[in-house]
Amino acid sequence: MIPEIGHFALVLGLFVALVQSVVPLVGAQRGNLAMMEVARPASVALFLTIGVAFVALTHSFLVSDFSVSNVYMNSHTDKPLLYKITGVWGNHEGSLLLWILILAVFSLAVAVFGRNLPPMLRARALAVQAMITVGFLLFILFTSNPFERIDPAPLNGRGLNPLLQDPGLAFHPPMLYMGYVGFSMAFSFAIAALIEGRVDAAWARWVRPWTLLAWIFLTLGIALGSWWAYYELGWGGWWYWDPVENASFIPWLSGTALLHSAIVVEKRDTLKSWTILLAIITFSLSLLGTFLVRSGVLTSVHAFATDPTRGVFILLLLAVAVVGSLSLYAWRAPQLKGGGVFAPVSREGTLLLNNVLLSTAAATVLLGTLYPLFADALNLGKVSVGPPFFNAVFVPLMIPMIVVMALGPMLAWKRGDALGAAKRLWLALVAAAAVFAATYVVAGGAWTDVGAAFGMGLGAWLLVATGVEWAERVQLFRTSPANSLKRAVGLPRAAYGMSLAHAGTALLVMGIVGNTAWKAESIQVMAPGDVVEIGGHSYLFEGAETVDGPNYAASRGHFILRDEDGTALARLDPEKRQYTSPPQTTTEAAIHSDGITDYYAVIGDPSPDQGPGAYVTRFYHEPFVPLLWYGALLMGLGGVVSLTDRRHRVGAPTRARARGAAASAGGAVAPTGASARV
Amino acid sequence: MTRKLVYFLPLLVVAVLLGFFIVGLQRDPRELPSVLLDQPVPEFALPGLPGREPPLTEKADLQGEVVLLNFFGSWCAACLQEHPVLQRIQDEGLVPVHGIAFKDQPDDTLRWLKRHGDPYDRIGYDTTNRIAIEFGITGAPETFVIDKAGVIRHKQIGPITDRIWAETLRPLIEDLNEG
Repeated sequence: MIPEIGHFALVLGLFVALVQSVVPLVGAQRGNLAMMEVARPASVALFLTIGVAFVALTHSFLVSDFSVSNVYMNSHTDKPLLYKITGVWGNHEGSLLLWILILAVFSLAVAVFGRNLPPMLRARALAVQAMITVGFLLFILFTSNPFERIDPAPLNGRGLNPLLQDPGLAFHPPMLYMGYVGFSMAFSFAIAALIEGRVDAAWARWVRPWTLLAWIFLTLGIALGSWWAYYELGWGGWWYWDPVENASFIPWLSGTALLHSAIVVEKRDTLKSWTILLAIITFSLSLLGTFLVRSGVLTSVHAFATDPTRGVFILLLLAVAVVGSLSLYAWRAPQLKGGGVFAPVSREGTLLLNNVLLSTAAATVLLGTLYPLFADALNLGKVSVGPPFFNAVFVPLMIPMIVVMALGPMLAWKRGDALGAAKRLWLALVAAAAVFAATYVVAGGAWTDVGAAFGMGLGAWLLVATGVEWAERVQLFRTSPANSLKRAVGLPRAAYGMSLAHAGTALLVMGIVGNTAWKAESIQVMAPGDVVEIGGHSYLFEGAETVDGPNYAASRGHFILRDEDGTALARLDPEKRQYTSPPQTTTEAAIHSDGITDYYAVIGDPSPDQGPGAYVTRFYHEPFVPLLWYGALLMGLGGVVSLTDRRHRVGAPTRARARGAAASAGGAVAPTGASARV
Repeated sequence: MTRKLVYFLPLLVVAVLLGFFIVGLQRDPRELPSVLLDQPVPEFALPGLPGREPPLTEKADLQGEVVLLNFFGSWCAACLQEHPVLQRIQDEGLVPVHGIAFKDQPDDTLRWLKRHGDPYDRIGYDTTNRIAIEFGITGAPETFVIDKAGVIRHKQIGPITDRIWAETLRPLIEDLNEG
């Protein structure tokens, strides 16, 4: 009964979404306020229907109702409660339902928190958002019904892929979807603005928090996925440039560009049509990601149930959304008037360069990801594009990006003083040179260490420059400490957000460079009592035993990690698990982290012909990997802090308007909807 | 006017991309063409399994009629899954099924065949794994369809299922038998 309620709620939701996508749009065209206002209750109703469907599916998983095909395929009575719940989105149908739920949540959020939006813009944006929902509801109802029954009901389920039974992965998909779907809001606002034919500073201020929210989730979601791959897959890597990884990374790159170009629209009322285009492209890339993962057009290490029928449907959805929006763009964008002009050397100039580099990076990764598809379609043979390509093209794009990232915030709007900014950054330059030299010497001074030392220096440059920029703002050491403190407190949260996110990027750069350059691994067969030395540390193998878990059996190895002086640092007990339902082996690496370097041990298969109790073992010396996680967390934190900036907060629209008017004195037109915002 | 055309550029790019996706959807990226397709079977010399007749010792054993050549091993779980299907194919009598055991011990292979049944006509025993490399084997089981002239006409990667047999292999073999 409950699954049928869920199914019914989905159908009901489809009709609500249809109403929401047509009525407010017509109302906005005719200037009929009553019709426009339909969007808000409709958003609430849409959220309720989708919510009911989601709860119904979750209930089916919780009570292990195996008459529902989806539960049978992906759950099992022995499964721990957490993974019964996460099993809801650990499969194609359920994850689509989650996707739609998040669409509805964003729609609801605009309806509830968007009281100060001009009614016309709000009505149009919500209508566009509902159109996307209609598309996905059709998709789920026609090709991927999560409530399909099987008769007779099986006695037990087939179980969730044990690789997915992990807390890191349990929350990775919802985070990614919050990111992907969050960009739909920027898209909807962009379409609404194109229909209205007007983009102004106020529009940018409304779009930015939604983009920022999506960006935070996407950043943390990608980091979580990378972290999961690092400790769960047992190969000691954290990024492989796999098509599915790229599918989330490409929208992240263009989303980051959008985040920055929206600032220019907000502060300087220029780069408008470019920002609109980025908003459309970013969400289109999110849709493309979904298409690539689920259609089977590309091979990937990620095994998502692929099905050509679904592929055709998503392609259709993608085509309608992208072709529709870009046609509208081609028609309306030429009429958008640019505002303020600026010199090449200015804050706008550096933000523009940031956009060019990020978009180029996004396009390059996209090209590399799709190249096997192009080659196959043109009968050039089956090829795969791997890390060497991506590293070779991506790194050169990021170097100028990091250099300018330090410089940009120091420049004034409109016309900046590059020489002056560079002078004020002497400290960062000295730090970069010092780190470069020190790393080069410590690494051994070989010719091949120059690149890595340069990368570490680049990270130091950005880190120190970000600190210097903050110190300048609060006039540290140039005025009394009390005065500096007062300035520090008074600094807008957005400024703190930027500093945190940029510092996070610096750590990320150092983590990536350092780990790539100085990672070491060793694979061997060890008998109990054997010692292997790697990265200056030694691993003593004490032997392995067989242990039983709740739904698996495992061989567990025991190692003792010692540093150069022979002091024992930690016991490492990695496992190799054999799950019963479904039958699959997983590797549970044991990792000891001292905050800068990870010591990573993996146990493999027994190797009795090499001696009694012998096992295949693998060790990875992973320097600087923790910096990756600190960096990603700092970036996310920066986003959150920036999101709480006064001008984004509800409840302070009057002040925001006053500040906004002051900021846009350089040419921005006061929004006509301003009265509605107060 | 040209300034206006710039705004159509994104649309154009997307149109090209969509075209590729449509073509891409109709193909399977996992389907690797065998380099040996439509090539004659490589020369080989193999011992048979001790005590089991008839052996598959050389290329000439495969020529003269359409045959299936199956690479297997007692260590391979997917081969066991394929086993009953091979038995049915042999029983059907349309085509002889020959086998080459590789990466295996002869005793293990013989025990495996005794335990699960023996669907093979001739069996060769690849002591050094050289033959598997010459045939471009990437895993087990893999099966080749070889025509009367000793030319490889099809390569099946992974276990043959009843469906693959009925929809792909049997029609192909019937065609080859007539031609």
